[in-house]
Amino acid sequence: MHIMEGFLPSPWWQAWFAVSIPVIVYGMYKINRLVNEKREILPLLAVAGAFIFVLSSLKLPSVTGSCSHPTGTGIAAIMFGPAITAVLSVIVLIFQALFLAHGGLTTLGANVFSMGIIGPLVSYLIYKAGMKAKINFYFVVFLAATLGDWATYIMTSTQLAIAFPAGGVLTYGAFLSSFQSFAAIFAFTQVPLAIVEGAVSALLFKYVVEVKSDILVEMKVLEDSVVRKLRGLSA
Amino acid sequence: MSKKLELIVLAILLIFAAQFIYISYTTHADYGGADDKPEGVIEQITNGTYKPIAQPIWEPPSSEIESLLFALQAAIGAGVIGYFLGYYRAKKNYEK
Repeated sequence: MHIMEGFLPSPWWQAWFAVSIPVIVYGMYKINRLVNEKREILPLLAVAGAFIFVLSSLKLPSVTGSCSHPTGTGIAAIMFGPAITAVLSVIVLIFQALFLAHGGLTTLGANVFSMGIIGPLVSYLIYKAGMKAKINFYFVVFLAATLGDWATYIMTSTQLAIAFPAGGVLTYGAFLSSFQSFAAIFAFTQVPLAIVEGAVSALLFKYVVEVKSDILVEMKVLEDSVVRKLRGLSA
Repeated sequence: MSKKLELIVLAILLIFAAQFIYISYTTHADYGGADDKPEGVIEQITNGTYKPIAQPIWEPPSSEIESLLFALQAAIGAGVIGYFLGYYRAKKNYEK
């Protein structure tokens, strides 16, 4: 999902910065407020950010014979929401743009939008809907992380198709034709990786619930009754 | 303590590993990075007229250095996760 340095022409790279920057600023404001209110969430924030660090560095071989990587944003999205996840993604994406020539500084706005905003937003909404429907907690985390990962790559394909419509003129048909070409690279490749990401995310969440469920309840990520049920099952 | 979730995750990881072993054994897939492939599609769509508007400021000089940096990124992340989960676990055990 990292659009390479220089591969988004004007005005698109600026446009994606314009969309992403307000979310990042709001995310920084939210982090500030949250940390001032409850200092004890800092370690959890570090764990969520570190999970993005680990997963986005793993280029995994997929069934299509090419390699792609998970995003790792599901945990942060569920715990802290999309805006804070956008800030965490900025850190990872700048690291990769500067030291790995992976992604880029001109494409940072677009990459933050797909990996840090759209993917996490999808994860967050699925999590909220799933918990409301009282589906098994770990399965909901799995679904949220899996579909958030997939949504990120669909967004990347969309961004590339808008910037490079077939024939050079941006019409719906030209967009669709380009979108199919870009999605062909990512969509199928990403399915097994998204499933692995969802599974590992659910597992990490289990360990967080085991050792630090009180803070998740306090942050209204989980209801007390759900924690008691999970504890009862794993006791 | 129930280990059901661990078993399910392990099964998913094993299936994932199996597909890799099977496909890499039976085909000549090059396992290139999907992130690099849009370049070819862009070239096709624009008939090779698109020139990147910027170049990376710095590139890892070899694939060894690149994997070093990726490994470093993963190691930093794994260290942070392990440290805090271990800290909380120990704190919980000793505060009882």
